Amino acid sequence: MRKLNHVGLHRRACLRAAAALAASCTPLAWGADKAAKRRIVSIGGALTEIAYALGAGSELAGVDSTSLYPAAATRLPGVGYARALSSEGILALAPTLVVATEEAGPPSVIRQIQAAGVPIEVLAAHHRFEGMLSRVTRMGELLGRRLDAQQLTQRLQADWQAARQPVLARKEEGPQVLFVLSHSPNQVMVGGKGTAAEAMLVQAGARNAVQAFSGFKPLTPEAVVAVQPDAVLFTQQGLEAIGGIEGALKLPGLLQTPAGQKRRIVAHEALFLLGFGPRMPQALAALDASLQQVMRTKA
Amino acid sequence: MTSAVLPSRPNLWTRLQARPAWVLAAVLLACVWLALGAGAVQVAAGDWLAPFAVRHGDESPLSGSAWVLWHLRLPRIGLAVLVGAALGLSGALTQGLFRNPLADPGLLGVTSGAACAAALTIVFLAAAGSPVPMAWRYWLLPTAAFVGAIGVCFVLDRVARWLTADSIAGLLLTGIALNALAAAIIGLCTYLATDEQLRSLSFWTLGSLAGASWPVLGALLALVLAALWQVRRLLRAMNALALGEAAAAHIGVDVRHLRGWVIVLVALLCGFAVAWCGMIGFIGLVAPHIVRSFIGPDQRLVAPLSMAVGAILLLVADTLARSVAIPAEIPVGIFTALFGAPFFLALLMGARKRGLA
Repeated sequence: MRKLNHVGLHRRACLRAAAALAASCTPLAWGADKAAKRRIVSIGGALTEIAYALGAGSELAGVDSTSLYPAAATRLPGVGYARALSSEGILALAPTLVVATEEAGPPSVIRQIQAAGVPIEVLAAHHRFEGMLSRVTRMGELLGRRLDAQQLTQRLQADWQAARQPVLARKEEGPQVLFVLSHSPNQVMVGGKGTAAEAMLVQAGARNAVQAFSGFKPLTPEAVVAVQPDAVLFTQQGLEAIGGIEGALKLPGLLQTPAGQKRRIVAHEALFLLGFGPRMPQALAALDASLQQVMRTKA
Repeated sequence: MTSAVLPSRPNLWTRLQARPAWVLAAVLLACVWLALGAGAVQVAAGDWLAPFAVRHGDESPLSGSAWVLWHLRLPRIGLAVLVGAALGLSGALTQGLFRNPLADPGLLGVTSGAACAAALTIVFLAAAGSPVPMAWRYWLLPTAAFVGAIGVCFVLDRVARWLTADSIAGLLLTGIALNALAAAIIGLCTYLATDEQLRSLSFWTLGSLAGASWPVLGALLALVLAALWQVRRLLRAMNALALGEAAAAHIGVDVRHLRGWVIVLVALLCGFAVAWCGMIGFIGLVAPHIVRSFIGPDQRLVAPLSMAVGAILLLVADTLARSVAIPAEIPVGIFTALFGAPFFLALLMGARKRGLA
């Protein structure tokens, strides 16, 4: 009995000492971490891409689930989907800065992160090249890499000019393109006005076939026949989900349009095509090239 | 209790059954203890004392893990307990009112009213062009949802009275019609929503306790205590109502008065919970069932014990939701149904074997 008691006391003393040690160490650890190096949590695929493009990839402590490029980003701790963040999860990564797009939320979590004393910067999301440049500049300021940001901006501008060159040089009117966002064959949405897809199509000299509404809406077969698209643009993921080009051609009404009859189906990876990150010039060039290619093919 | 053969000697099970309140209190405390330890940030013993060690006048008194403990985890655990209790109580009240074990607070239109208002807020106010300031955005959605929840209950009560005199079946049918109407409006909002709004809406409907803070907790605590005070006076009448509307009226129960109070209480309790935490289903339906399967249908016991069971269920679900996928978080509504439903079925089976349900 006495021996048991002794062990119990000993254990309790050990626990108390460990607790005291932990208590005294934790605040120090937090402070030390801050001084040692920046720890950035990036919420938004484009922002993560910019951070890597600025050479700040090693300073990222966590990313959201939309950060799929570059591959290194997918190996970082994931804080979940940008609209359903967890404040404790983000704070556990001991960030010195949180950068987020406007879509990040819920608002209560953004508030809690602010209240915890972690600087959080919410960047505007414009579907325009200039908007992307200003995001690069702002990220450069936030990450202490103004010079890198300046160089990147210049390079992006040059790349953009180069990508726009063939588009501007063409005289003929661009094709009417239908953008389809689908993740299963029986749930097909098309992109209307004001979507990121439309912004990219317009830059590539094409016209968005859907002008009747804005945002994404379910597709009606009659509307597809009515707008007579010259080509259909998919995301790579969407085209695979729907069963490739053969599956896409089975979309109701499509075979009654030039796009369906001449098998003019184009697909690009979603984040690459619509991410509005530093790969935007390449995305434009790729989109333009693929559209030109399908338009040249005779059925 | 209707068990045919009484055990000759009270075993542990029967002894525990005689003291359900103590058992539930112990389980709840154990769950709170576990929930305090779970989470992405490691909390040290010193963090508990941090607020008391701070001198007055400091700019930011807490930092690091102590801040997480006192400003995130504790209010969130408190919110889970209170929201679970509120949902459990409103479930017990609705099932008592409708004399139907399938009834749940949603039948009174609370949830769909809140969801409808939330959908309208997300789609139209946000799309109105002027971006709502951050400080407002935080309050806007819960306030609108709360107004929606209360509003639908008020309309329901009026419409049901006007259409079908004072019968409770009429209330149920009107509730079904209003729910369908609200679903249609939500559907319209879904159609009109942009991609981003749609995702906000769908996450709202999955429920989350991430919005916990001390002021919210205080308001909910006051509400729950006030509701409990009023409920205490209604429970005898609710027991009488179990005999049927007419029988209850014959023994002197003012069914109309009772019905009015139950609607108000459910609207307030469930409306507040839904407004702050999104749609958390299942708790209101299941908590009273669990209680009844152990201690029988006496409302005077079912109502308070449903609060305790609701609190335990939601606390466990939320603790899982925030610690399973660290550092990300899974919406709590997924857990209440995913783990709650099989557990509930197992419980029903057990109760059936014991001849209680």
